Parts: sequence; structure tokens; C-alpha cells
Amino acid sequence: MRFILPLVAFILMVNLLGFGLTLDSKKIPSPLIGKPAPEFFLRKLYAPDEIFSKKDLLGQVWVLNVWASWCVSCRTEHAVITDLANRNLVKIVGLDYKDQPTEARRWLKQFGNPYLVSLMDIDGRVGIDWGVYGVPETFVIGKDGNIKYKYIGPLTKESLDEEVIPVIKELLS
Amino acid sequence: MSVKRIIVKQLRLFSIVGLLIFSDVSLAAVESYQFKSLQMEAEYNQLIGELRCLVCQNQNLAGSNAELAKDLRRQTHELLVKGNSSDQIADYMVARYGDFVLYRPPLQNNTLLLWLGPFFLLLLVIVIVFVKMSKKQMLVAPERIAMAKAKELLFEPQEK
Repeated sequence: MRFILPLVAFILMVNLLGFGLTLDSKKIPSPLIGKPAPEFFLRKLYAPDEIFSKKDLLGQVWVLNVWASWCVSCRTEHAVITDLANRNLVKIVGLDYKDQPTEARRWLKQFGNPYLVSLMDIDGRVGIDWGVYGVPETFVIGKDGNIKYKYIGPLTKESLDEEVIPVIKELLS
Repeated sequence: MSVKRIIVKQLRLFSIVGLLIFSDVSLAAVESYQFKSLQMEAEYNQLIGELRCLVCQNQNLAGSNAELAKDLRRQTHELLVKGNSSDQIADYMVARYGDFVLYRPPLQNNTLLLWLGPFFLLLLVIVIVFVKMSKKQMLVAPERIAMAKAKELLFEPQEK
């Protein structure tokens, strides 16, 4: 009888700690979801004289993929982003985060370019406005210009099929 | 000869201890920024001490060498120079990265458990201890009466 209380407390503790293990502390929910996408005016990687802003895509569902040539996991993600581009559902904008343009162009030449347009965020200021803290990150923006969804880390085929594509399809319908 | 060696040894020990005491390992910020006033510099140091680096989550902006920490220190400095208050800068960071960026979480609905949980547990322990103690006393009470009676019976005849 006197063992019951400690046993119950122990079981509760184990369950609480076990639940803690299933959480990913690296993935912090973005406060920007449901809010208007932060404004930006950035030069294009392949046309540095031209400025691209979020107004250019207003009224459309689009994806912002944050990547960099120095980012190792972006290489594994690249195939998934290419897969998404090949489905012709949405336009994908690449945000080349804190990168050197020549390196970025070489990277895209080597692996292929899935982006409608690539934008240079050389000093990372637009990244800060979007709350980027771990490259790669992927945002889905709705027709109203609000951020609807954010994926932190390299997109996998499963997360694309099970999370991103359903969100996009719902926004398109 | 040996006295000299002891002194040298002592000095060496003192210098090591001194280094350990006075080196602030947590301060990795290397950039030197210009500030308009000492007060602004103090505000800057306080802010980068209280804002979390999101890449290396157990470090603050002051202690992290990560690129993002460097950028956020730059941003903090710029915002201060532009005339923003510490609160405004904290809000700026929270709007982008969420409450997690603050080392000291604000008191709000979803942090109530965090802030009040320990006090609740303490109260619970106090209540449990009190209940247990009063139970023990109730068990002991009849024994005490019996003891008193026994003493009475034992010592009464002697006094007479």
C-alpha cells in the first residue's frame, strides 16, 4: 500500500519525460504564421539590376524556399524542391541567404534550378524579418499575402507529400 | 632555494585561479560597436545577454559565435542607435522568432504553468507534510495519555 503513491508518481514522471523526448526542440513555431508576409525588396541572382518584391506575387499561392550554397542539408533537400517544382502547382521563389552570388550560381548550375526567381539576401536582413534561423526553411504564402505554413529544416519527400502539398492544394482551391 | 620554488608555485596557482575567476567565458561577442552613451552600451549588453541565439539554443546572443547571433547583435545595435527602447527591441525579436527568443519568458496564459508550477508544487508538499504530521500526532495522543496515567500510578504512592 505504501508503495502505490511513489509508484504512481514515478509512472507519471516517466510519461512526462517520455513525452518530452518526442518533442523536437529545434523546431520553434513561427509567430508569423497567419500574418502578412514581411516586405522585401531584393535583387535577382540572375539579373542583379532588377528588384523583386512580394507584390510581384500578390494574389497567387507561392513558396519561399530559403537556401544557400554553403548549406549542406540544402543539397539533400534540393531533389525534393525540384520535385515540387515539377508538379507545377505553385511558383517557388528561392531566397539565397547570406551567400556569395557566384557560389550560388555555380550551385544552381551544378544541381539544377527549380526556382522561378532567386533573390539575394547577402547580409541576411530579409532572413531576420522572416524569422529565419536555420537554413533550409520553407514558407507557403497564400493568395492574400499571408504566411500560411512554415517548414524548418530540409524538406523530405514524406513531409512534402503529407504536409506541404495538402496545404498548397487547399490554398489553391 | 626551496622557499623560492614555493613562492613560484604559489604565484602560478594564484594566476591560474585568477584567470578562472576573471575570464568571462560566456562573452564571445567580438565586434566593437560605437555607442552614443554609456547607458546605451549598458542596454546593448543587457539585451544581448537576455536574447537567445536560436541556432545554439542554450546560448544567448552575447555568448554565441553563430552567424545568426552576429547578425542579431548587429540588428540590436542598429535599433538602439536609431532610438528604440529595450522593450521595443525585445518586441521586434519576439515578432520574428517568437517568445522563445527571450530567456526570461513573459507571464501569459501559456506560461502560467511554468511560472506558478513550482509554487503549486511547494504548496502541495506543505499540505502533504501537514496532513501526515497531524495524523502522526493523533496516533501518538492516546499513547501519551496512557503514559501519563502510568506515571501517575507509579509515582503517587511514593509521595505519600
